[in-house]
Amino acid sequence: MNQQGMHFEKLKIASFDFTCCEGCQLQLANNESSLPAFFELLDVHAFREISSEKHDDYDIALVEGSISRSDEIDRLLAIRKQAKILVAFGTCACFGGVNSLKNRIPIEESVVEVYGELQVETLPVRKISDIVQVDISIPGCPVAKEEVERIVVSLVTGSKVNLPKYPVCVECKQQINTCLFDLGEICLGSITRAGCSAVCTSGKTPCLGCRGPAEDINFPAFMEMVRERGLSESDLREKLDFHNAFETYRNDET
Amino acid sequence: MIYKVISKSEFRKFIDALVRQNTSFGPRQVDRNTADEPIYQFMPVSSVDDIEFDYTLTTSSAKHFFLPFRDQLSRFSFQNSDFEQHVAYEADPVVLIGLRPCDISALNILDDVLLNGRYPSPYYLAKRKNTFVIGMDHLPLPDCFCKSLAHHTVSTGFNLFCSDIGEKYYLSINSSKAFTYLEEFQTEEPSCEDNCLMTRRRKLISESFRTEVDVTSLPSILDIEFESPVWDKWGAKCLNCGTCAMVCPTCYCYSVDEHFDIDLKGASRNRQLYSCNLVDFAVVAGGHNFRPKNGDRLKYRYYHQHRGFAENANQQICVGCNRCGRACLTGINPKAVINDLRMEKESCMTCVSPSPDRT
Repeated sequence: MNQQGMHFEKLKIASFDFTCCEGCQLQLANNESSLPAFFELLDVHAFREISSEKHDDYDIALVEGSISRSDEIDRLLAIRKQAKILVAFGTCACFGGVNSLKNRIPIEESVVEVYGELQVETLPVRKISDIVQVDISIPGCPVAKEEVERIVVSLVTGSKVNLPKYPVCVECKQQINTCLFDLGEICLGSITRAGCSAVCTSGKTPCLGCRGPAEDINFPAFMEMVRERGLSESDLREKLDFHNAFETYRNDET
Repeated sequence: MIYKVISKSEFRKFIDALVRQNTSFGPRQVDRNTADEPIYQFMPVSSVDDIEFDYTLTTSSAKHFFLPFRDQLSRFSFQNSDFEQHVAYEADPVVLIGLRPCDISALNILDDVLLNGRYPSPYYLAKRKNTFVIGMDHLPLPDCFCKSLAHHTVSTGFNLFCSDIGEKYYLSINSSKAFTYLEEFQTEEPSCEDNCLMTRRRKLISESFRTEVDVTSLPSILDIEFESPVWDKWGAKCLNCGTCAMVCPTCYCYSVDEHFDIDLKGASRNRQLYSCNLVDFAVVAGGHNFRPKNGDRLKYRYYHQHRGFAENANQQICVGCNRCGRACLTGINPKAVINDLRMEKESCMTCVSPSPDRT
């Protein structure tokens, strides 16, 4: 591809799923209007949801899902070895995601609960960066296609990959939404990274923090604010733990 | 200025005709809060019945009709190794109904910043010129402090201003457009009684304020209190969420970014309203952040609002609507912060030893 006197190479890309719903990968096939242009930028080497082609000489690996079995670790290590850029793709890959709910009960109990007699080998859920080095994180449950498009364009053109550093409140207020705290809800929008166009809160659903913490959040002030309003402590914990995205801050709490 | 009075029923006919023929926005109730109080916002309206004339105040200001939260500044199209830049300043005509005096004062301040400076903004100008502004007075909320900044009345910056004098509206007509529109409706010269009612209304509004913030000498106080522990105290509460700046009628700071189109055949330059409270507002090339602490960032919002512009243009940017104070999740508000700064100064004076007697 030539543009502005410059030559751009297509990205040799492969997409892999681990413990997840594959919903983030499905987003790649979303946004029909820009789909042809999007795939013009990509040379797809492995991506089972859209193509039966399979080659192992990819440069960029999109890794979706969390790690919850030992064979997944081996597969992930092999991907890391091949990939020049490894992308943690979606909330499960970035933080563990909803799957991390499993870590709250003893592993023996969860196996019996889910599989009954037909028990399988399973591990506590871990995020991708617990196992291998991650070069780019694209959070979201699911990822926002517009953001993925922007990042792919940045990678093709060699420009800097940026996620918003500010929280969801900015995007929510830009849409003239009523603050969900005014309606008596607990919303994680003020501590969660923006980039989702405040899609949940615009539909009056409180933010569950799927995009993880915004840069340099004031977690103690947030916790105090929720408590001062007399809102449910258990609802707060439920929301903070939902995607396991605030693990670091929760562990720091006394 | 030309003054007229109009009966409330005729006024509704006038507004209805205006609204039906133009893209219009007015105050509407969008929700009720946990205290069962209505929440209002400027929303699209298509008939007079959509408009809540007796609303209190919108949660968000009317700023975004003039300064969109996100705006495309220009488009680029590439041909071989050359490119063409396309800039469009067109703005569709819009009617805005029900702006409060503080909202209109805010527009006048934005005019000073964005039109009357050395580099006027054509984007803002197009929207300002193509917006028909109808103001309406109101009794202040308990925490409104616009009177402290003399923005509880306004005499310029609108097309038409309506004061509620009971059975009628007292109209201040400030543009030929408004005058022409009104000619098709039945209005009268204000009678002596109407003028009395208008004076009484003004007095009632002025006497209804329950919050006062002493903003005199603030530029100097802020200079003196640059290192004050007050900033750490309030900074510790700040969530860096930018809500204050988003709902503010005058916060105009922005960021600009450029993006390739996905087909690489073009690009766009976009502006987004930003906030000095956001963590990367003062990050420069190379990654250095000039304001890494919450308190520093919060301080600069107050400095911009109450000091910087006051020194340069002899007016504070804050209009006293207290939207930021109401919207702040952790209760940071101008009244408390400014009073704290004043107290800081005054309490420190008590510990200063008296000057020696002159001999």
